[in-house]
Amino acid sequence: MNTIEKPIVEFMNVNYSADGLHILKDISGSFPEGKITTLVGPSGAGKSTLFRLCNGLSSPSSGELQLKGKSIHEYDPISLRKNVGVALQSATMIKGTVLDNLELPLTLQGQKIALTKAEELLQDVGLDESFLYRNAQDLSGGQRQKLSIARTLVNKPKILLLDEVTSSLDRVSQHDIEELIVKINKKYATTIIWITHNLDQALKIGHYTWVMMEGEVIETGEVSILHHPKNERVQQFVKGELE
Amino acid sequence: MNFLTLSLTLIFVLIPLILSKTLKLGLEKDSLIATVRSIIQLLAVGYILQYVFNAEHFLFIVLMVLLMIGAATQNARKKGASIKGITWKLFVTFVIIEILTQGILLGLQIVPPTPQYIIPISGMVIGNSMVLGILFLNRFIAEVENQQDETELILSLGGTPKQAIHRQLIAAIKASTIPTIESQKTIGLVQLPGMMSGQIIAGADPVQAVQFQLLILFLLLTTAVVTSIMLGYLSYPTLFNQRMQFMKLKQETE
Repeated sequence: MNTIEKPIVEFMNVNYSADGLHILKDISGSFPEGKITTLVGPSGAGKSTLFRLCNGLSSPSSGELQLKGKSIHEYDPISLRKNVGVALQSATMIKGTVLDNLELPLTLQGQKIALTKAEELLQDVGLDESFLYRNAQDLSGGQRQKLSIARTLVNKPKILLLDEVTSSLDRVSQHDIEELIVKINKKYATTIIWITHNLDQALKIGHYTWVMMEGEVIETGEVSILHHPKNERVQQFVKGELE
Repeated sequence: MNFLTLSLTLIFVLIPLILSKTLKLGLEKDSLIATVRSIIQLLAVGYILQYVFNAEHFLFIVLMVLLMIGAATQNARKKGASIKGITWKLFVTFVIIEILTQGILLGLQIVPPTPQYIIPISGMVIGNSMVLGILFLNRFIAEVENQQDETELILSLGGTPKQAIHRQLIAAIKASTIPTIESQKTIGLVQLPGMMSGQIIAGADPVQAVQFQLLILFLLLTTAVVTSIMLGYLSYPTLFNQRMQFMKLKQETE
């Protein structure tokens, strides 16, 4: 991270173990506020687990994780999760219409979404307003991803965590989501942390990158480090020799 | 009925044994174990009940009911082994159901406060509650396992644990109570209930027998709904920690 950038999430010697497995090993580093940071690395590197810690769905086994300079444990879990939104590859939908899914974050607070707001959010993610009353289960993979991101935006998160949101999509849908991510980052100044397998995508969209392997952060810096990584294993990964 | 005539009824055990042997169904061992267990258990209960009825002491009634609750808990806990603290949750549920139902029956003087009424009715209530508890736990655990993504989705969007598990809880409560409600709809049309049949065979007035059967049916309806709801609301908080994180179901040991 550039020293001028202000960190929004900071890891200080964070470890995470579960079921006897040491999944995250002594993670230290930070994500800069208002920027797009990509997380790359082979499967099983612990990237998704890192997200769970940021969103408060899991807690570090040791070490300190801070959000805006305050320990994550000092935040109420509900307000933490509203501020740190997450969209996953699975783009899980609840039973019901697109509108039911879109207003879920508000329904959970006993509120309803204004129709104009719902239409605006759909437009933001590139879905037509005519989708509102469709069954969410009938959407294509790309449409579900867009809806999943829109749903996360309802809470107006300061940080948006995206876990492999384009990996199962066709080229056109991938491009749409890439544009959407850049747009969200610019329009709402949302900090975006994005797990992707696609290095071209990381280079094109990201400002910064973390390369993770086997639960460790191997290299971090501006995304251009992916062109000339120092670490031998990262070099192999960039060449596609590691999966 | 004397023991000679009772022994003749073993013909009804021989028939399935012969059929199983002939058709190589492999049911002989289980059928024999079930027969021997039922003879021993029921005879033992018969003698115990005879003693309790004669003694007419409140302590014996309490001990008898506690024995039933203990056996029901022991049986049902195996199905919910993956839920932390399921043993005491079941025990508390059965105790509350027993207090609730007997409280209404005795408090409103619907039945007399004698062991002849309290013990058989308690047996039916606790037995039914146990079956309902098993049905509920089976369905609830399956729902929790199958809907983990939805549970975590709701948590990740800022929902509370109760909101995150609500659909699974309601699905399990409905699924476990529907059989009781459905069976009540057809009762008397398809089959005569066991207790009512027993009373009629023993020479009771059929209308009187029907009245008692209705009492039991209504009682079991309460038992079914209260058991599922109580177990559900006692169980779901153990699936989350204080940081509102969804905990994995613990590995079943049995």
